[in-house]
Amino acid sequence: MSKFAKKKDAGLPAVNTASLPDIVFMLLFFFMTVTVMKDNSLKVENTLPNASETKKLEKKDRVIYIYVGEPTSQYKAQFGEEARIQLNDKFSSPNEVGDYILQERAKKPQELQNVLTTALKVDKNANMGLISDIKQQLREVNALKVNYTTYDGDAFNNLQ
Amino acid sequence: MSRRGGPAEVNAGSMADIAFLLLIFFLVTTTIETDAGLDRMLPPIEPPTEEPPVIKEKNIFTVNINRNGQLLVEDELTDIKGLREKAKAFLDNGGAPSGSPEYCSYCKGKRLSESSDNPAKAIISLKNDRETKYGTYITVQNELVGAYNDLRNREAQRLFKRDFTDMESEYLNPETEASRKEDLKEKVKRIQDLFPQKLSEAETGSSN
Repeated sequence: MSKFAKKKDAGLPAVNTASLPDIVFMLLFFFMTVTVMKDNSLKVENTLPNASETKKLEKKDRVIYIYVGEPTSQYKAQFGEEARIQLNDKFSSPNEVGDYILQERAKKPQELQNVLTTALKVDKNANMGLISDIKQQLREVNALKVNYTTYDGDAFNNLQ
Repeated sequence: MSRRGGPAEVNAGSMADIAFLLLIFFLVTTTIETDAGLDRMLPPIEPPTEEPPVIKEKNIFTVNINRNGQLLVEDELTDIKGLREKAKAFLDNGGAPSGSPEYCSYCKGKRLSESSDNPAKAIISLKNDRETKYGTYITVQNELVGAYNDLRNREAQRLFKRDFTDMESEYLNPETEASRKEDLKEKVKRIQDLFPQKLSEAETGSSN
């Protein structure tokens, strides 16, 4: 009858979801840009030991990584079963570590060159002999700050 | 046909699902990893002419790891689980008699005259074999650092009602404000001076 008579069966209008994809894409792009993909592929087994008294390794730009462990299965035939050192993308011998540190150090900005940390990512089954050689090399190039990278956990799990 | 108003709209309802799928994929596969580990300082190479400083035998706590992962602590075969307590007892001993300049007023140890005089003098010497497993070495390092941290926490609780490890991680966190950092720096330094970390690592032997 009148113009203002209530419509009967209209119900609630559906919420417009047209902008939902945009929101989700925004989130997606945020994550894609913020997260960093691993920059070098590991060629060695790298099961780190556990430790409980750890400190976080802040500021990634002042860290140099050294990986140690047995070559993974596809490299076993070529490089053997013994634990090896991986620097950047290739297997190296202990006496190349010093040069590598100097090279990496030269790449960093001047003001960071004195505060660099060397992160040793060593497989828990590696022998200490190799680690000692690396430590000796690090001492020779005066890279004295090291971080034995570990997983958080009970240290006694390492003994099994 | 009764249809009016141009071609039908493409249904975009499933677009959100697709985008969610991608989002979840990225969330699952990427790890925002922050590495953590044991921080250590290596000793600088000394000029060969320099005479090594003389240190009293009782101020050195020797830990030897053999190739089978067994521990020899102060010439005694020890289980690795007992290492932390032993190291704490040694560091906290405070054996110097009261009145002497080396007297340790905050030590709560047994004050044995044959163990360390003062935490500032106490040195832990760690020696390992070339064949020792890295995992074992890290466990030992962890226990020794843990012994220091336990003692430092105790003193920090007494002086500042807060754990030392907690203060230190806040101090090292880059997001902490500068003014707070100044304050924390002093406290951290003070606790570190009470129990300075003196962990010496001998060059690895291959003999035993």
